[in-house]
Amino acid sequence: MNLNVFLLTKDAGLEKLNILGILIQIIRDQLLNKNIYLILIISLVFAISFWIGFNVNLLPVEASINAPIYDELFKILFIIGLIIFIGMTIAVIYSLFKFRKRNDQIGDGIALEGNLSLEIVWTIIPSIIVLLIGLYSYNIYDRMGGMKELNHNHEMMSSNTEKIWAGISQTSDNEIAIDNLSIEVSAMQFAFLFNYPKGNFISGELHVPVDQKVSMKMESKDVIHAFWVPEFRIKQDIIPGQPTILNFTPTKVGKYPIICAELCGPYHGGMRASIIVEEESDYNEWFNKNKKPEVNL
Amino acid sequence: MTISIDPQKTNNESLQPKGWLRYFSFSLDHKVIGIQYLVCGFLFYLIGGTLASAIRIELASPMSDFMPRDVYNQVLTLHGTIMIFLWIVPVVNGAFGNYLIPFYVGARDMAFPRLNAVAFWLIPPSGLMLVASYFVEGAAQAGWTAYPPLSITTPQSGQIIWILSVLLLGGSSIFGGINFIATIIKLRRPGLKLMQLPMYCWAMLGTSLLVVLSTPVLAGTLILLSFDIIANTGFFNPVLGGNVVVYQHLFWFYSHPAVYIMVLPAFGLVSEILPVHARKPLFGYTTMVFSIMGIVVLGLVVWAHHMFTSGTPPWMRLFFTIATAFIAVPTGIKFFNWVATLWGGKISINSAMLFSCGFIINFVFGGITGVALAQVPFDIHVHDTYFVVAHFHYIVYGGTVFIIFSSIYHWFPKVTGKMLNEKLGILHFIITFIGFNLCFAPQHWLGLNGMPRRVAEYDPQFQFVNQISSLGALLMAISTIPFLINVFLSVRNGKSAGDNPWNALTPEWLTSSPPPVENWEGEAPLVEEPYGYGKEISEQK
Repeated sequence: MNLNVFLLTKDAGLEKLNILGILIQIIRDQLLNKNIYLILIISLVFAISFWIGFNVNLLPVEASINAPIYDELFKILFIIGLIIFIGMTIAVIYSLFKFRKRNDQIGDGIALEGNLSLEIVWTIIPSIIVLLIGLYSYNIYDRMGGMKELNHNHEMMSSNTEKIWAGISQTSDNEIAIDNLSIEVSAMQFAFLFNYPKGNFISGELHVPVDQKVSMKMESKDVIHAFWVPEFRIKQDIIPGQPTILNFTPTKVGKYPIICAELCGPYHGGMRASIIVEEESDYNEWFNKNKKPEVNL
Repeated sequence: MTISIDPQKTNNESLQPKGWLRYFSFSLDHKVIGIQYLVCGFLFYLIGGTLASAIRIELASPMSDFMPRDVYNQVLTLHGTIMIFLWIVPVVNGAFGNYLIPFYVGARDMAFPRLNAVAFWLIPPSGLMLVASYFVEGAAQAGWTAYPPLSITTPQSGQIIWILSVLLLGGSSIFGGINFIATIIKLRRPGLKLMQLPMYCWAMLGTSLLVVLSTPVLAGTLILLSFDIIANTGFFNPVLGGNVVVYQHLFWFYSHPAVYIMVLPAFGLVSEILPVHARKPLFGYTTMVFSIMGIVVLGLVVWAHHMFTSGTPPWMRLFFTIATAFIAVPTGIKFFNWVATLWGGKISINSAMLFSCGFIINFVFGGITGVALAQVPFDIHVHDTYFVVAHFHYIVYGGTVFIIFSSIYHWFPKVTGKMLNEKLGILHFIITFIGFNLCFAPQHWLGLNGMPRRVAEYDPQFQFVNQISSLGALLMAISTIPFLINVFLSVRNGKSAGDNPWNALTPEWLTSSPPPVENWEGEAPLVEEPYGYGKEISEQK
């Protein structure tokens, strides 16, 4: 194979440092020498990776605005990962097979100690890939609202006096959730409680209307917990002494698990609750049924 | 200036026990200490492996039915702590470092032989203390990360014993690190340049820098945590105004570099093994050295990627994403270089080579999921799930432990003068490789679909995949049997290896096998080209 020739020739010197030139030379060499097998294998690796990436779904249902954005990132990373993994695996297994020592062979392989231009190529290409992935994931994170200033509107809380530590604020503009969707979550060993301040009641199940932004302020009563809804692709630790914010918009009616994802004690595995996403009319019915009247003094 | 160690001081032969007894003594011989580290580490590996089996038995069914829930948390805490602090770190650093580094630099022993022996003898008592804490009031049960406030509120005696033994093990690690740096920098044979050292020396130099820079931070953090537990101080206790996120920053400032403390030495070892069995020079020596040092520098500034769902502000999330993802570049260079080392060689397909190639494949997989996990939006979904469990087992088991086995197959003839049985070795590899992938590959799916880590019970929809994983764990447990049989049979009746069965050029093979007490009968040889395979004249032959 012609790649051999390239891999196994000593570096000609610094004048060959032109990366683009080297790449063009590799490609031209491959084409000129009709080294069709290598091109075939590479295209096959790409084809298989893309096929798997687009056809194998490893993720649960998409039930929030975040989910399709997340799945887009996942798909890209999955395809790039597959190309690298399949490529490297083929290279290792091929080398083991092709360059195995036959019984009659004695002596060593070629005394090749490196190839500076090749090494520069495989430093720069991964750097570019990694940088592009980083920028792309920054874009994804921004679309999820991760880079937005966190806000949680609640009448009892002035956003200036309380420091909000972290979370995802899923707002494309600075709109804030309607009042009765400001929910206070408190976590304790081993349960979640959802306080609807507007309705003046506490629920063990989280009910939310579909397609509306929900804004949660979360705080733990004892140890660190985490609020995770796999179908929403969101997670945020719930920390004692430091409130965290999590905003999301469900897009699909249904019942999904809320899972504690941070080791919190013996019953950590059993610390689960449900989030029920329902049509607005159903939600209002539930809300009004549970709403406690204001106490008049 | 020639630095030579007075034989009278380091090895007063009349006072040192002979034969197998010396392995139970306060020996100052770096080779004895290396074997002490290895065997001690392997015994703890068997304990940690038993705990892992207990975890996989519990997880074969969705209910918590095999052991009480608090015992399950103790088991997973001890499994993590033992595997990291008593198996992988001591073995890839202490065992192989002690055995090989003095040979590689052309010295008769380590720079500080007594410190070296102290570093080893800290390990058995702290390990036993850790295991024994189970029988006191229950072992620590806050995970190996010991996040407060959980670690403050769980039964205290177990947590305090855990802190004490991790402090001792950290101390042992720091002693070892100082010793390696001093030996590599100061005890080099005259005429031997830094850029002529075998790659494992560079890996150990980088690793030891990380150990010396970051382990004291862990020690300080754990001392503060113990104050919170014993003396009711409020460093991390939110009830008293403490900050739990600060603990996480301090903890991961050590514990992320700890990953490189476990992995960089393995990178060094595989760089020694591949050229010998592929009969080719190590490809790209200089870039390998720079990529090790690049990993050391980057490894110190990525810790907060463990905290993307904790209280971290957005800018910090972004910085740590980019920094973490960039570690893939120097790491990638090393993998390309290893494949290029294989390319065009005359490869002997033996156990050492197979375990090394298994390492490359597993680690590439773990590295790819690692780059994905570095991306904040990706991590937010899978953080603290089985996806992460699968990822780090691909790194530390599929990566480092595979290399430990590869190294044992490679250096067993050096240590004992006997060969290991190749058929049993290949059987060991096949069962380990299949068992490992069967155990951990499905866990990625579990994590993506909603199974958090460190749980004793889970949603019944995950039962089938968990059972596949448990089956893989069973295979991994079984795979130890051919290995142990092989070692015991070969130590007693193995085929004689001669001094240099692999025709290797690195200096440890240029003396008798097993080597004499002070490594060489005469002067240490000057090995300027440890990877000079395929050269017309190799003067070492």
